[in-house]
Order: sequence, then C-alpha cells, then structure tokens
Amino acid sequence: MISANAVTKRYPQGIEALKEISFEIEDGEMVFITGHSGAGKSTLFRLLAAVERPTSGSIAVNGQNIAALRRGAIPYLRRKLGLIFQDQKLLFDRSVLDNVLLPLSIVGLPAREAIRRARAALDKVGLLDRERAQPIALSGGEQQRLAIARAVVNRPSLLLADEPTANLDSESASQILDIFRSFHQVGVTLVVATHDAQWMARFSPRVLRLERGRLLGDPA
Amino acid sequence: MSGSGMSGFFPQHYAAQKSAVRRLLSSPLNTLLSLVVIGAALALPAAGWVMLDKLQGFAGQVSGVQQISVFMATDAGKEEAAEIESRLRQANPGQWRFVAREEALKSLEETEGMADVAAGLAKNPLPDAFVVEAGDRGPETLEKLAETFKSWPAVAHVQLDSAWSRRLDAFLRIGALAVSLLAALFAGALVAVTFNTIRLQILAQAAEIEVSRLIGATDAFIRRPFQYFGALQGALGGLFALSLVAGIGLALAAPARELLALYGVAFTPGGPTLPQAAAIVGVGAALGWLGAQISVSIYLRRVG
Ligand SMILES: Nc1ncnc2c1ncn2[C@@H]1O[C@H](COP(=O)(O)OP(=O)(O)O)[C@@H](O)[C@H]1O
Ligand SMILES: [Mg+2]
Repeated sequence: MISANAVTKRYPQGIEALKEISFEIEDGEMVFITGHSGAGKSTLFRLLAAVERPTSGSIAVNGQNIAALRRGAIPYLRRKLGLIFQDQKLLFDRSVLDNVLLPLSIVGLPAREAIRRARAALDKVGLLDRERAQPIALSGGEQQRLAIARAVVNRPSLLLADEPTANLDSESASQILDIFRSFHQVGVTLVVATHDAQWMARFSPRVLRLERGRLLGDPA
Repeated sequence: MSGSGMSGFFPQHYAAQKSAVRRLLSSPLNTLLSLVVIGAALALPAAGWVMLDKLQGFAGQVSGVQQISVFMATDAGKEEAAEIESRLRQANPGQWRFVAREEALKSLEETEGMADVAAGLAKNPLPDAFVVEAGDRGPETLEKLAETFKSWPAVAHVQLDSAWSRRLDAFLRIGALAVSLLAALFAGALVAVTFNTIRLQILAQAAEIEVSRLIGATDAFIRRPFQYFGALQGALGGLFALSLVAGIGLALAAPARELLALYGVAFTPGGPTLPQAAAIVGVGAALGWLGAQISVSIYLRRVG
C-alpha cells in the first residue's frame, strides 16, 4: 500500500526534514508515526498525500510513485485517500452536512446519493444530529469527528491522519480512537502521526519513530 | 474525466452553474455595476458594428449605379436643353433622363417637411437637369465624361454621383477600422473587468479552493463555476449592451430616415438583426469566460 525508499525532503532554507527514510506499509495495517515536535511527522504526511514531493528517493502510494506523479494525476490519487489534516481545514461558511458533501461533489456524485452517503459518514462519527449545525458551533472533539467524516465519506482504503487528537481532552480523544479502531476493523489501512501516548496504550500498534528526520529502529 | 467517468460529469456542471447564478444574485449591487460596465463596453463597438453593417449593405446597393447629374443654368431655356439633348445623343454615354424644373419642384413639394419651403418660393429656383446613367464604366471614364458635360453651353454644374459612393466606401473602410480598434480595446476592457471580479471572488473563496484541491478537486473542477460566472455575467452584459444598441437604433431611425430622404436615399438605420443580437451576447459570454479562465489559471499556477 505504501512503500518509501530512501526518501529525503529538504526545504529551501536547507532544513532536512526527512533523511533517507525507508519503510513499507501493508494493506490493512495500522501504523503510528511518532516523534517530538519538529521530527518530520507532518512532512511525511504531506509527502504521502502528494501535497509535496520528495527531494530524492521514491515514495509509492497505491502503487503510484509520488515523486514522479504528473500534476494532473494528483487529484485522482487524493480521491482514494482519506486525509485528516492537523489544522482540520473545515469550511466555516457552510453547514456540517455541506462540509461532508464537498468530496462527493468533487467526484460528481448525484445529489440524492451524495446526501445519503454523507449522512452515513456523519452517523459513523456520531454527528448525524448535528448535520444542520455550523462547524463553529461544534466542540473541538466534534470538529475533529467532522474532519474524519469528510475524510471517509469517499470510502478510502487508506486513511492518513496528522495529530488527530492534539488539543483534545482525553474523553474526546478516546472517542476518536474508537472511531479509528472501527475503520481498522473493516480493513482500512491507517497511518496516524501522533505523539499522544494514549494511542500506544490502547492499540500497541506498529510504530515508526522519527527523530530529527531520521527513522529509528522500525521492527517491521 | 478519467477518474470519475461520464456519470460524474453532468452533476458537476449543474452544480457549477447553480453556484455561478447564486454568486451573481448574492451581491446584486456588485453584479449590477459589473453589468453596467460590461454593457457599456460592449455597446459602443456593437453600435458601431450594427450601423456600419447597415451602411455597407446600403453602399452595396448603390455602388453599381453610376449617375451623372447635369444641371442647366437657371436662366437656360428650352433651346439650350434641346442642344444638350442632341449632344448627349451624339456622345451616347448610356441611358439618360430629362428632369424638367417644374417636375423637380413638384417632387420637392411632395417631400415631407419641404412643402412649406417650396410654397414660400416666389419663383422656381430649380434648374432643368439631365440624369445620365453611365453604366459601369470605371471612375476615369466617368470623370472624363463629366468634364465634357461641364464644357457644354448653359451647363451650370455637373455632379458625378459615383464620387460620393466612393467617398462612402472610403468612409466605411475607415469606419470598419475604427470599429475594429474600438472592439479590440473594449474586448480587452471586458476581459480585464471579469478578470478582476473573478480574482476577488477567488480571494474570498481561497479556503474552499485550497481544501477542495487537497481532497482531490481537479483544476477543471475549480475553474468551472468561475467560468460559468464569467460567461453568464458577460452574456447578461451583452444583453444590456443589446438593449442600449437597439434603443439607440430606435431613437435614431425616424430622424435619420427623414434626413436621408431629403437626399433621395431610401435607408433605414434601426436596431441589430437577430444574428447580430446573438453575436453580441455570444461575444460577451466568450470574453467573460476568457477573463475568468485567465484569472483562475493564474491563481492556480501561483498556488502550485
Ligand atoms: N514548509 C516548510 N519550510 C521550511 N521548513 C519546514 C517546512 N515545514 C516543516 N519544516 C521544518 O521541517 C522540520 C519538520 O517539521 P514537521 O514535519 O512539521 O515536524 P512535526 O510534524 O513532526 O512536528 C522542522 O524543522 C520544520 O521547521
Ligand atoms: Mg506536525
């Protein structure tokens, strides 16, 4: 599902955010990327989502090499991913339901079918009764769940999340964890960047540990 | 549309059209101002074009007729006229027709608005005249003929009617050039106005565009609502321009017809034809679409 080979990302100012990273992630795996702030987690997330390209090395997602992807092919790659951004990127000028409808309007699903699917996604994250609400009226945990609903509404087989429980109280974080577990149980591949110890305690997952852009002992 | 297939194509267009209409209606004052600017920008070259087109059709009708009017001196009598007639018969320049001074006065009296003038005259000021239909002879031959007529006795004035037809032709060519330049200038202005409107809309929707692209929107998807908006705004501006042009045409029609009738010219200005109307609206839509296209493309290139 994901295959990284000697991936290096250097930013224009000369900062090497990732240094010669190599790893494989199989279908259906749940993998955590951990490390201190500045270790390179978000950088790796952006490479996997084809938001940025590696400076060198190759990184393949769904069999497509991000480093060599045509610009026009990127949208179609992204549609197969569920992306949960660190800053969520919700749209505050429209309702909860309309936020979840956005990915479906992008793929051009007819309205009736789109609404049915969006409601199903909201139901999965426990926000069905808030579909008319404005995102600004939601709590932090609810906003994060809305971001998850939007990420999964297209039924992706790979879900990428950047610090999905940062800034959440432990109860909200626990709800998020349960939601991720339910996706994992139906076979979705999960890659979660986090430095939240609660995750480790609950799942004892496979961990990729980053330290100043280098990958430390990956047991897999 | 390789990724989503044809099934995804029409709902997206419908959604983009709806969003374009919604945006037009959401800020009526801005929309109105844009339409006035676009309408005015289109109206000027459109009016020029419609008018020129009518004049060209008219010029085409008259250009084949080469008339030479030979006016006698007002104190010339029947003998002098007979003399000219016999000379004409000898020179044989084509068909000719004698217009007696009484006949000329009568037709003046029958001309609307001129009856009073004619009635107020103590004596007939009009001369006898010959109208020579010289056929299609080429300008030099005609001018030589006119020179010959002028040298004949009791001829006061010779008018070569092909001269004004040629003048009209030259005028039309300059007019066409002026309208083309004007059209290019205002087309540029229309594209620029749309470009700026769309630029502001893009800035207002930067968040939506960013998120949409992050979750798989193609450039075409991002562009589509703006293109529809630009085209719709341009088409509405075109309709506004059309009403201005039709209004101008209508207002000018009656006085222009009277004025031209005085010269014995049957010419009706009037408004644009149906194909012209369609072209004006279509050009407005196309230019609006182009302005939007450029605006979004520049933005997308900048954000990468
Ligand atoms: N766009 C950027 N331009 C320059 N430096 C960056 C950029 N993004 C991240 N960095 C740097 O790369 C390193 C890794 O950052 P990041 O991937 O955000 O770490 P993490 O998400 O683990 O906290 C940091 O030193 C950060 O300052
Ligand atoms: Mg980060």
